[in-house]
Amino acid sequence: MSDRAKTLLLHGGVLVLLFALQFVLPAYHHGNLARIMVLASFAIGYNVMFGYAGLLSLGHALFFAAGMYGLGLAVAHGGADPVSGLLAGIAAALAVSVAVGLLALRTSGVAFMIVTLMFAQVGYLAVLYFGTYTRGDEGIVLQQAQRVLWGIDLTQPGARYFAALLLFAVCLLATLGLVRAPFGKVLIAIRENEERARMLGYDVFRYKLAAVVISGVLSGLAGAVYGLLFGFVGATFASVQYSIFPLLWVLLGGAGTVLGPFVGTLFMFYLIDLSSAVTSAYMLVAGVALVLLTLFAPQGLVGEIRNRIWRWLP
Amino acid sequence: MTSNKTTKQPGTTRRGALKTLAAGAAASTLPLWARYAGAQTAEPIRVGFQMHRTGIGAAYGRWYGRTTEAAARLINEAGGINGRPLEIVVEDDGTDPKRGAEVVEKFATQHKCDVGFGTLFSHVVNGSAPRAGELKLPYFIVSEGHQLASGGLNRYTLQPGMTDVKSQVQAMAPFVASNLGKKVTMIFPDYAFGHDHRDYFSEAIEAQGGEVVAKLAIPPTETSFTKYFPKIPRETEVIYHVMVGPAVLTFVKEMGEFFGPSRPELFGFIDSLEAVDITSPGLEFLDGSHFWEGMPRYAQPDQSPYDKFYREQVGVDANGASLNDSRDVSTYAHMFGCWETLYIIKAGMEAANYQGPKDRQALIEAVEAMTDMPHSNEHPQGAKIFNGKTHQGFGPQYISKLEGGMLKVQHTTSIEDTFYPDEVDYTTQSF
Repeated sequence: MSDRAKTLLLHGGVLVLLFALQFVLPAYHHGNLARIMVLASFAIGYNVMFGYAGLLSLGHALFFAAGMYGLGLAVAHGGADPVSGLLAGIAAALAVSVAVGLLALRTSGVAFMIVTLMFAQVGYLAVLYFGTYTRGDEGIVLQQAQRVLWGIDLTQPGARYFAALLLFAVCLLATLGLVRAPFGKVLIAIRENEERARMLGYDVFRYKLAAVVISGVLSGLAGAVYGLLFGFVGATFASVQYSIFPLLWVLLGGAGTVLGPFVGTLFMFYLIDLSSAVTSAYMLVAGVALVLLTLFAPQGLVGEIRNRIWRWLP
Repeated sequence: MTSNKTTKQPGTTRRGALKTLAAGAAASTLPLWARYAGAQTAEPIRVGFQMHRTGIGAAYGRWYGRTTEAAARLINEAGGINGRPLEIVVEDDGTDPKRGAEVVEKFATQHKCDVGFGTLFSHVVNGSAPRAGELKLPYFIVSEGHQLASGGLNRYTLQPGMTDVKSQVQAMAPFVASNLGKKVTMIFPDYAFGHDHRDYFSEAIEAQGGEVVAKLAIPPTETSFTKYFPKIPRETEVIYHVMVGPAVLTFVKEMGEFFGPSRPELFGFIDSLEAVDITSPGLEFLDGSHFWEGMPRYAQPDQSPYDKFYREQVGVDANGASLNDSRDVSTYAHMFGCWETLYIIKAGMEAANYQGPKDRQALIEAVEAMTDMPHSNEHPQGAKIFNGKTHQGFGPQYISKLEGGMLKVQHTTSIEDTFYPDEVDYTTQSF
């Protein structure tokens, strides 16, 4: 079997498995998996920029929140329907990611991390400052009637799961296509040796800008869908915590692997969920797990599988 | 017959001793389980307690937990609810709205809780309430937030045991205008909590013939406040402050340095100093100032027997600190809400003859039908009036003066002072 066939079989199999799981999972895990798929889509967006283009952002909460507030403000104040709200969320994430990309990509390395962190902080404070519209830290609650898409009530578990799966499938297949296309190969080349890529004639800035925009839009789309599916648009999603989370998820799962973000998000979610039942120091448990993984599986879970078993994994 | 005597002497065998011990243990617990023998099921009533065990609300969470434990213990000692024991299922929400929503899902679908309960921070409430509504889990918040009474949440969310910020703030205005001054400068954090104070108090003081002469919004990241004090107009008679968080000590210290001995009157919300020793170094400048208190931290000379009982049961001394550690100051102005709400859940379940999740709607309707709740051991903060339409409880508010390192109550508002026109009628919403 060719690598391409194996790749399609594996990723298609994961999607089929996720589709099938909704019929057998207990209610609690059914709801969890819907949330994990949305958050994994955020992580997939992050992975495009960090895992493939080698751009370490500490400000991705800005893109997630841009999408979330784009939708939330349009629905809550503009009376938009969910489709228009989603488009508003995507547009907001697109605009923010283009602006951040144009400015932040003038720097590199540690400076890039600091600049993205600062942009995200500006976004967070802007949410608080414009409290008249955003309700600041309290956030906006989207009512059930505002979350009906084409007659489908997204507050219902089945519809929510399916919507989350659809988002995840779109993000997963889009990045799979992206990294297998010449564009993805160029991003990897830039990550591995930017000067060499430039010497080969690639316009590195344009490629990196495209990576930032694709990453930002995917993250923003995940933010918008999160608000729509779970009915809450809040400032905490713009805080630095939500810039660190996708980094952790991607590191745990495997940076530069298509499935890594999902595996990392799933692992981290249940690690916190299970350890919080045992101790209030559950973030310490998460921290220790991260340290251990960094020591013994530095490529992340899926990255290690690629290194040791399936070398064809994208 | 005598020969039989020798066949077996009753002696102390290992098995016999174990049986005796087991029987003794069962007998000693008899009063507990025997109380529930009359119920249709001995399954406990499960109340999911969404606790701010970690995160920014941890100090509140710690005391909300202690208060809830004390009330649950008393309820169980008195026979439980509908003949069934009460079980508190605790989950930490990290004072985070995303985790809060997950915790509510866990209560409803994994722990099989009958109701959710106990959330304070309004952003966690907003993150969690939509999921509670979707999962049809009655969700009893202890939050102060006005978002419920303003119609922003849903029929499954109720706040019967804690008054909301709008009613608290507007009830302060008559006292401030009559006793402290009519020209007020407001200093508040520049986010929703502060904006609520700004908007509701501005309106209320104007109704009293006063005015807000300046509104100073402080960004939440601010660590020094010196630059804001020159903006306070000279004509200011009262400074109304609601700073929250660790920066409050710096805020007070710098305000003291700015004004010196001649300062305007000060009026603040105790939220700034919950779980903080009022005699801490740096807070001397507050001596002689006034505070809103949800419930007086210090036992007053005319202390009600209900406050005395409640204080003893929760383990709080006359100064509002833990009986075990005088440095562990309680969140006394807020935590009574857990106690009262738990008793309201009990009363609602008894009125609805609650047997299980199928009776959740009946429980909500039973609570909606409640109105007067007399000052009692169940309601030690004061009498309450519950508005079933808005799902919001109303009660008295306390204004205390800090004198000699102690908060002394100067004025207690009536419940009517806290009323405002209804903004929603949840009873018209379907289940």
